Amino acid sequence: MIRTQGLTKRFGRVLAVDGVDLEVEEGDVYGFLGPNGSGKTTTVRMLLGLVLATSGTIEVLGREMPARSAEVLPQVGALVEGPAAYAGLSGRANLALLDAMGASGVRASRAGRIDDALERVGLGGIDRRPVRAYSLGMRQRLGLAAALIRGPRLLILDEPTNGLDPQGIREIRDLLLDLHREGTTVFLSSHLLAEVEQLCDRVGVLDRGTLVVQDRLDALRGPTGRLHVRTPDVAAARALLDGQVEQADAHELLVRHDDAAALNRLLVEGGVRVEGLAPEHRSLEDVVLAATRSGSDRVAR
Amino acid sequence: MIRVELSKLLRSRRTWVTITVIDALPTLVAVLLATTDAGPRPGTGPAFLSAVLTDGTLYPLAAIAMVLPLFLPAAIAVTAGDAIAGEAQQGTLRYVLVRPVGRTRLLLAKLVSVMAFALLALLVVAATAYVLGSVLLGHGSPGQATTTFSGTSLSSSQLAWRTGLALLYALLSMLGVASVALFLSTIVRSPLAATMGALALLIGSSLLLTLDAADVLRPYLVTRYWLSFVDLFRDPILWHDVVRGVLLQGGYVVVFLVAAWANFVTKDVTD
Repeated sequence: MIRTQGLTKRFGRVLAVDGVDLEVEEGDVYGFLGPNGSGKTTTVRMLLGLVLATSGTIEVLGREMPARSAEVLPQVGALVEGPAAYAGLSGRANLALLDAMGASGVRASRAGRIDDALERVGLGGIDRRPVRAYSLGMRQRLGLAAALIRGPRLLILDEPTNGLDPQGIREIRDLLLDLHREGTTVFLSSHLLAEVEQLCDRVGVLDRGTLVVQDRLDALRGPTGRLHVRTPDVAAARALLDGQVEQADAHELLVRHDDAAALNRLLVEGGVRVEGLAPEHRSLEDVVLAATRSGSDRVAR
Repeated sequence: MIRVELSKLLRSRRTWVTITVIDALPTLVAVLLATTDAGPRPGTGPAFLSAVLTDGTLYPLAAIAMVLPLFLPAAIAVTAGDAIAGEAQQGTLRYVLVRPVGRTRLLLAKLVSVMAFALLALLVVAATAYVLGSVLLGHGSPGQATTTFSGTSLSSSQLAWRTGLALLYALLSMLGVASVALFLSTIVRSPLAATMGALALLIGSSLLLTLDAADVLRPYLVTRYWLSFVDLFRDPILWHDVVRGVLLQGGYVVVFLVAAWANFVTKDVTD
């Protein structure tokens, strides 16, 4: 769906994106992570032909961008760096205007598609108030609706849950999962790890313009070769597993061991009561923090 | 895209308020002339104004000559300056471009919309002035031919096509301002800056025209031939300045539109 090779963007002396090779397959929900200022938005803008790459190639939906944008973009829905709308017009009028632009959508079905899109993002009962009276959350939903009016094959979303309350975030997450089930590929750029962890099956991490991680989420969160053991008999367990215990507190041990079943038997036969036993997984946060330095919004002394 | 831009133009309240304000000046002048009967002496004051006291049918041209130096170009500088920079500032530019609307096409649609605004304003001014002129001002006896500046008379069909020509000429003059403002609109981030830039050119040009030391620059100043459409109402028509005006405006239009296009299609849209 999206493939870039050596994608590079230089703004004057600043190297914003440096040799990025993205690979997003059809059917992915791809989480694009990185600290603020790491080049996520610049990359997204290059995918959409808004910012022109200094070097490197971009393919979206199998066609070269931005050369073939007239064929590619009608099948792409996008939300880039926050929603925007003509403030004096109503939400519905905004969508109608957008749909009439460019290779315009079929006019006869316009009203129906606009209703569907509004319904999907939870704005079905919207009135004629102008957008300038909307809350941030409503604008965000309207922006999503605009991305959806033409039933895109690929959604490119930059921070889609900005400004939404927890309830709203949940709704949007469910919406994206629904769309994914219907066959839409989703490219989600975000700095919210929890959001990506709950939604995505593949992850790319950008750090200062370089793609430092790109893998399946479950591979990244694979077992670390250590096991959590919960037991009331901490001392006995430590004695039994001498040398394998890496951390311990009053109720729990972290043991370097690769077979949970064997460890369980060893402990039980040694007279240690086991309350819980589970392999340790790396969290996405661990992965990202290990791979990145702090964001550009931190100005250290 | 052109249709979308035109519908935005016509639906915008700003369009109609601006046109009303522009139209207020010639309306006020007509009322003053009618109530005081104190027109400027022939050969002084704005073009045509002394003539309209005897013949109200010339008032549309006097009205256009009134709004052309400042009111209309200022409004056009605002509209064209807002064209790209305004969309960029409110964030809609990126969503328009990913629809997708080609950048060349968007620029063209914006230009057409600005010129539609200019035409609309000129027509409203001319129509209002025609009504005011025939109701309030000099009633030449019915059937009497209009008099040119050269003293000969014009039949009404001749008057009609010369007026049409004058409208076209005024429109071309406005296209010059529009091109400059549109070019600036693709460069700066703030619509206000683009408008101010175009206005600076306009006012600078008008000031330099009055300065003898700027004699060498005079033939190239953007406002130099704007009012030359008056020459279309001489007999025979005095083409010299009109032709130079057309060539000069054409030059401004080509240079600035090409520059606007070259800048916009290669621009990183980061707003």
